[in-house]
Amino acid sequence: MIHIEGLTKYYDDFCAVDNISLDIRKGEIIGLLGPNGAGKTTTLRMLTGYFQPSSGTIKVKDFFVSDQALDVKRCIGYLPESAPLYHDMIVYDYLCYVADIWGFTSEGKVSRIRKLSDLCGLENIMHKTIGELSKGLKQRVGIAHAMMSDPEILILDEPTSGLDPNQIVEIRKIIKDIGKEKTIILSTHILTEAEATCDRIIIINKGKIVADGTTESIKQSEEEGSSINISLKDAEFSTVESVLKSIPNVMEIKKNPSDQETILSITVHVKDAKDLREDIYLMIKKHDWIIIEFYQERHSLENIFRTLTMES
Amino acid sequence: MQQIKHIFYKELKDYFTSPIAYIVISIFLLVTGWFFFMAFFLSNQASLRSFFSLLPFTFAFVIPAVTMRLFSEEMSIGSYEVLMTLPVSLSDIVVGKFLAGSAFVAAMLLPTLAYPLTISFVGNLDWGPVVGGYLGAFFLGSAYTAVGLFASALTRNQIIAFIIGVLVCFSLTLVDKMLFFFPQSIVQVVGYIGADFHFQNISKGIVDSRDILYFASVIFISLYGSALAMTEKK
Repeated sequence: MIHIEGLTKYYDDFCAVDNISLDIRKGEIIGLLGPNGAGKTTTLRMLTGYFQPSSGTIKVKDFFVSDQALDVKRCIGYLPESAPLYHDMIVYDYLCYVADIWGFTSEGKVSRIRKLSDLCGLENIMHKTIGELSKGLKQRVGIAHAMMSDPEILILDEPTSGLDPNQIVEIRKIIKDIGKEKTIILSTHILTEAEATCDRIIIINKGKIVADGTTESIKQSEEEGSSINISLKDAEFSTVESVLKSIPNVMEIKKNPSDQETILSITVHVKDAKDLREDIYLMIKKHDWIIIEFYQERHSLENIFRTLTMES
Repeated sequence: MQQIKHIFYKELKDYFTSPIAYIVISIFLLVTGWFFFMAFFLSNQASLRSFFSLLPFTFAFVIPAVTMRLFSEEMSIGSYEVLMTLPVSLSDIVVGKFLAGSAFVAAMLLPTLAYPLTISFVGNLDWGPVVGGYLGAFFLGSAYTAVGLFASALTRNQIIAFIIGVLVCFSLTLVDKMLFFFPQSIVQVVGYIGADFHFQNISKGIVDSRDILYFASVIFISLYGSALAMTEKK
């Protein structure tokens, strides 16, 4: 669907996007992650043809963005960051204007706007001036705008930034609904959002792709072993340590500070990604310690994101 | 072509849904009306000559105020990005906005038709120069609109766009009155650059292709410049 090769963008001397190559298949929901200034927005802007890349090519379907910009624009619905729409237009007028530009007939226009208003929940704000809307409502108008032509590719730049938790859930639901049929690329720096909505995650840092894959595969590839947290009642640290150390693959056992004196809280670091929960449980059972807490800590996307983007 | 039409309608509607249009039109009518009728009763002649002779100066101030928001506002609120990612080309946008600006100038001129109508009741008005004057005023207004649009494409700050627009329009108006400052060899060229000179030709009722060509070139160069300035921003 989208083929990006060697994409590079310089702002004067500053390299915002550094030689990115990427293939995006039809029907994927892609999350573009990265810290502020990593080059997410620049990449998306080049994808939509708004920015000219310094070098590299982008091919959307069969069109090159560089010289068939209009054809490319026709396949893409785009919502820039913070939905910069005309402040002094009424929502309905604005959507009519966008529909006109997309070449809808007057009947088609009305039914399309009605459909979008159902999808994005705009019924009650149709007559309001865009500038008076709250951020979340404006964002919804922006999504309706991007969806107007029923595009095959939907590009959303930080669709949930600045929204309250309820609105975030709503927007995510909308994205998920749309994503059943469309290719969606969304940028965000909220990791849980990417985890919740995206099929595939691309993490970029300083203009380079540092990770690419499903949430699971990224987690696995970065996993260097897991750890298990256990809280035991009425147990001595030294005995517990010696007992658990006897299990193969256990690397290290650390004592965590605990609020209550009778409860011993420890973290067991395990070599490789082996699941030792069964062995540990059996061991504990043998000694009749009382388990208060027992869970394996998976490497969260947050940790991975931090290690990938903090380095150097 | 369709896209130009949609952008034209949207921009024109924007003018009239916000208070700018009414404020600018009122100021324009107030200023032109005041200067015109002050001289009118003194000269005691049934002609619109004093109206048309002052028009380039009023236009040089009023039109940049009309056009200053066309691109600057889009850039400062960021809606330009939205517009550019819709299936429209840059030339559609530039031409659409220009036509909307010109149409607004025409709308601004419309109420001044009351002057020749009133005069024709009280005296014997020669309609030839009046028709020529309005034709010239429309060309002049369009040329200044294009210049103002170019100024607006240069900066995201509306005030700066206004000042640049006034500066250029005012220079175009005045340059053929300042000919004695220029060396003899380029006087002819500089004289040709002056907008007022061409406007006065047409407003005498003489529609010469050279004058029309002049306004057409000012419009073309300014619009081309706007397109270049907007491309440069990418």
